[in-house]
Amino acid sequence: MIEFEAVSKAFRRRPVLDDVSLRIADDARVALVGSNGAGKTTLIRCLLGEYVCKGKVLVDGRDPRRDRRQVLKAVGFVPQLPPPLRMSVGELVRFSAKVSDGDPDRMVAVSETLGLDYGAIRRQPFVKLSGGQKQKLLIAVALGRDCRVLVMDEPAANLDPESRAAFFDLLAARKDSTAMVISSHRLDEVAALVNRVVELDRGRVVLDDHVADAVDLSSRLDCFVALSRLEDAFAAALADWGFRNVNGGLEWRGEVPGPDRLRFLGMLSRYAGVLKAVSMDDNGRNGGRP
Amino acid sequence: MSGFLQAARLDVAESLRTRWFLVYALVFGGIIVVALVAGLTESRVRGFTGLGRLLIIYIQLCMAILPVFILITTVRSVAGDREAGVFEYLLSLPIGLAAWYWGKLAGRFLVVFLPVLAALLAAVAWGLVRGYEVPWAALGINIALLVSLAGCFLGIGILISSLARSADLAQGTAFLVWLVLLMFLDLILIGIMIRNQAAPELVVAISLANPLQVFRTASMALFDPQLTLLGPAAWVILDAFGRAGYVVYGLLYPLVLGGVSATVGFLVFRRGDLP
Repeated sequence: MIEFEAVSKAFRRRPVLDDVSLRIADDARVALVGSNGAGKTTLIRCLLGEYVCKGKVLVDGRDPRRDRRQVLKAVGFVPQLPPPLRMSVGELVRFSAKVSDGDPDRMVAVSETLGLDYGAIRRQPFVKLSGGQKQKLLIAVALGRDCRVLVMDEPAANLDPESRAAFFDLLAARKDSTAMVISSHRLDEVAALVNRVVELDRGRVVLDDHVADAVDLSSRLDCFVALSRLEDAFAAALADWGFRNVNGGLEWRGEVPGPDRLRFLGMLSRYAGVLKAVSMDDNGRNGGRP
Repeated sequence: MSGFLQAARLDVAESLRTRWFLVYALVFGGIIVVALVAGLTESRVRGFTGLGRLLIIYIQLCMAILPVFILITTVRSVAGDREAGVFEYLLSLPIGLAAWYWGKLAGRFLVVFLPVLAALLAAVAWGLVRGYEVPWAALGINIALLVSLAGCFLGIGILISSLARSADLAQGTAFLVWLVLLMFLDLILIGIMIRNQAAPELVVAISLANPLQVFRTASMALFDPQLTLLGPAAWVILDAFGRAGYVVYGLLYPLVLGGVSATVGFLVFRRGDLP
């Protein structure tokens, strides 16, 4: 259980969080949304005990500032911006595993599930990796531990569709045992991952709503897209989603992870003018749900 | 303990990768090599010869170079990591703040002190091969004085780093601190103050408070009982303390100053926002 009780935080007298109160249950998956400067990152940093704030923040009844080791052992964190660490990938994994009493092999296994070739990058400085590689590694460090709370700031922003699908599978495996706080400035990025939406605006909670938990995190949708005419940009976008061309560039087939359906439809909407037909079918792989 | 060791190890590894460490190691190794090549051990100036003379020159150069190197590199450790966003991630891992802070300091101490020690020991090894007499007692005490000096400026450096909100500000402040301490050596501003008949108590207090002056006086006292190389304030102080007493003061005072500075830095670091 995560509790924020009348939490306020100001920087040089400028309020960033203003009397925020929230209770997040152990099985909750919360989307923390809001525009830039709404206070999402500040709230996360208060949760991680990195900021001193007014009010009370408790994780399982413990103050993350006072009992940081016990609290942070239970919390896995994926930041929005990867830190500019000069240490090698191997060192980062070893360091993270050591301080959290974790198993580095498990972190490596998760990174490989996400499509990272750990053996090839083990000796490379973390800072030299691509954005996607950094994101995958940080996710692997967080998910390769026994944590009961996952705090993720735009976690899938830099992932390719295949890795996103693997990431959703990993989240699905933990969804009943792990509370998740997923921050994003766009709801469509995270909507399908969560069962509750909290929106912040200028440091205040302006929306706190439970949403239908209808999407299976590990589901896949068979998709077919037909175009009325050839469009290079659209073709490139579909290829990025892993779709294959089946009719000279006018018809495409591929698979979309269930939680990504809204994001996929968002992409399609940008090319509505050239869309001739679209179908999405879960083929009964969604636990019988539509 | 695991967190402390991991933080120390991380800092050592990070430092070894940086260019400043390469320059730093080359400077201290270079001083010894240049001194040996220039034949300093063969000459005789003011009664010093052999390794004793080399040691005096090395110690004097250490006094000038070591503090500024330590300050400039250490002040970036907290302020720089905070500014770069390293803290947001690494301090979200379950490592105690004390283990992190003191581990980093211990790692940095090893990194800054080992090249100095290695250069010194290399000179001694060379001296032994050449058949020079090694002033073992003075060498041992000077190594202890260097430990004390390094500890002092590490503490001051990390205090500045904890207080400053940006790496640039920290670096500027560190340089200013070093410059002020350098100016208040016996042979520079203190000498002028004495000539201008400043109160003796003030002159003595400044000399006793300035860790650079304390190190210089203590190290020189080991080699020059006649104090021909010391300034007037050091002469008065040494007369009051006695040689052994002053060496003990020279060992303890910088360490205590560094320890207190580092502790205040830790309290500031722990009390405030981390990233």
